[in-house]
Amino acid sequence: MIEINNLSKKFGKLQALNRVNLTCKKGECIALIGPNGCGKTTLIKSILGMVIPDEGEILFKGKSIINDFNYRSEIGYMPQIGRYPENMSIGQVVEMIKNIRQHKTEFDEVLLNHFLLPQMREKRMATLSGGTRQKVSAVLAFLFNPDVLILDEPTAGLDPLASELLKEKIIEEKEKGKLVLITSHQLSELDELITQIIFMQDGNVLFHKPIEVLRAETGEEKISKAIANILKSQAA
Amino acid sequence: MNRIIGFIIIDIMKNKIVLTYTILLAAFAWSTFSLEDNPTKGTLTLLNIILLIVPLVTILFSTIYIYNSAEFIELLTSQPIERKKIWVSLFSGLAFSFVISFLFGAGIPLFVYANIPIALMMTVIGCIISLVFIAIAFLSSILSRDKAKGIGMSILLWLYFALLFDGLVLFLFFQFSEYPIEKIMVGITASSPIDLARILILLHVDVSAMMGYTGAIFKDFFGNTLGLTIAFALLMLWILIPFLISLKIFKQKDL
Repeated sequence: MIEINNLSKKFGKLQALNRVNLTCKKGECIALIGPNGCGKTTLIKSILGMVIPDEGEILFKGKSIINDFNYRSEIGYMPQIGRYPENMSIGQVVEMIKNIRQHKTEFDEVLLNHFLLPQMREKRMATLSGGTRQKVSAVLAFLFNPDVLILDEPTAGLDPLASELLKEKIIEEKEKGKLVLITSHQLSELDELITQIIFMQDGNVLFHKPIEVLRAETGEEKISKAIANILKSQAA
Repeated sequence: MNRIIGFIIIDIMKNKIVLTYTILLAAFAWSTFSLEDNPTKGTLTLLNIILLIVPLVTILFSTIYIYNSAEFIELLTSQPIERKKIWVSLFSGLAFSFVISFLFGAGIPLFVYANIPIALMMTVIGCIISLVFIAIAFLSSILSRDKAKGIGMSILLWLYFALLFDGLVLFLFFQFSEYPIEKIMVGITASSPIDLARILILLHVDVSAMMGYTGAIFKDFFGNTLGLTIAFALLMLWILIPFLISLKIFKQKDL
């Protein structure tokens, strides 16, 4: 569904992405992990066209995304730090995005109804806490029933209840055959969700493996331990 | 009607600064005309006020507005919307608000007091000058990520076009008064939208006779249809070039 060939991006002297090659298919739930500043968000933003890569290409359903924007109607994006017009209310932001996207089929309002209670929708974005902002981002990502979900640190800042709801929703969507791409530092949270792992470091993809392979190779059941094992063996 | 432009216009209206600006323009215009018994003199006084205030308000408000829209722009770029459309909508929203506010603020009194051709010319020029400085604001705000730097750049550009440029021209004029530089002066004028606008109006009000020999040259050049067309074309370029450069940078910008 998403194919990335030889993608490179430099910010000044910093090589944020270095010849990245990846293939993501339908029905996969991929965890994108790696230390801070390893290029995860840059990779995600490149897929969304928010960062323009220096080299390489990204194919979405076989078509290059350069100079295209319609493909984004099939992506739901939840940013790490959601930034919204400060003087609009939650309800207005949701309405505006609905209005702009001119979505033809039905809206998926499950999260909207769970996360943003009617009395909350009057609140201005400027007054929201980090967690509530995250909820708004999650609602917008799932609202249009997209084929691809890109979630940048989805559960960071969410309360346990909301976090659990979001996880259930992700699993539900994955089972519908959608592609889900998640970045997270809380590896323990990913155990029940993911099917594949992409590990990045300094702009390079160190490995891209299905979770079963990873477990078999390391003999560990938990992802966090498996990853730690691999990093240790590399350092040695 | 483009939905994004609609959202931007509503947002600007909620801001109330543009509304205050309209009232301010109206206050200046009505009081100028009622204080001066001669409408021509009134027009000239108003011209000077317009050429000072309109650029200042449009460039400053637009620059700050673009910076404050950073979140809005970022939100829209992750949606299925062309980047060009976002940028053009932002420009159109600002342009629409300022043109309407100029028409209501200064346009109405002009048509009430001044004779029709001059009122028409002043109104058109006022609108064009608004657009020119919005375009310049787009350029200076895309050139720098730093808000203070971008706004500073806008203020300096306004200072240059509204005040410094005149001084520079005057300086050149005195330094080279021994030489036949009149024709060059016409060329130099083209490099400042405000001066271009001023000359167009002065020729229309027919006070160019007071401008001496240079005035004659200007009249010779700008007075005929060709000169007028060239002057308008140049003003259009002053809108298009800064905006298109900013659009080109915006399309490649990392958000």
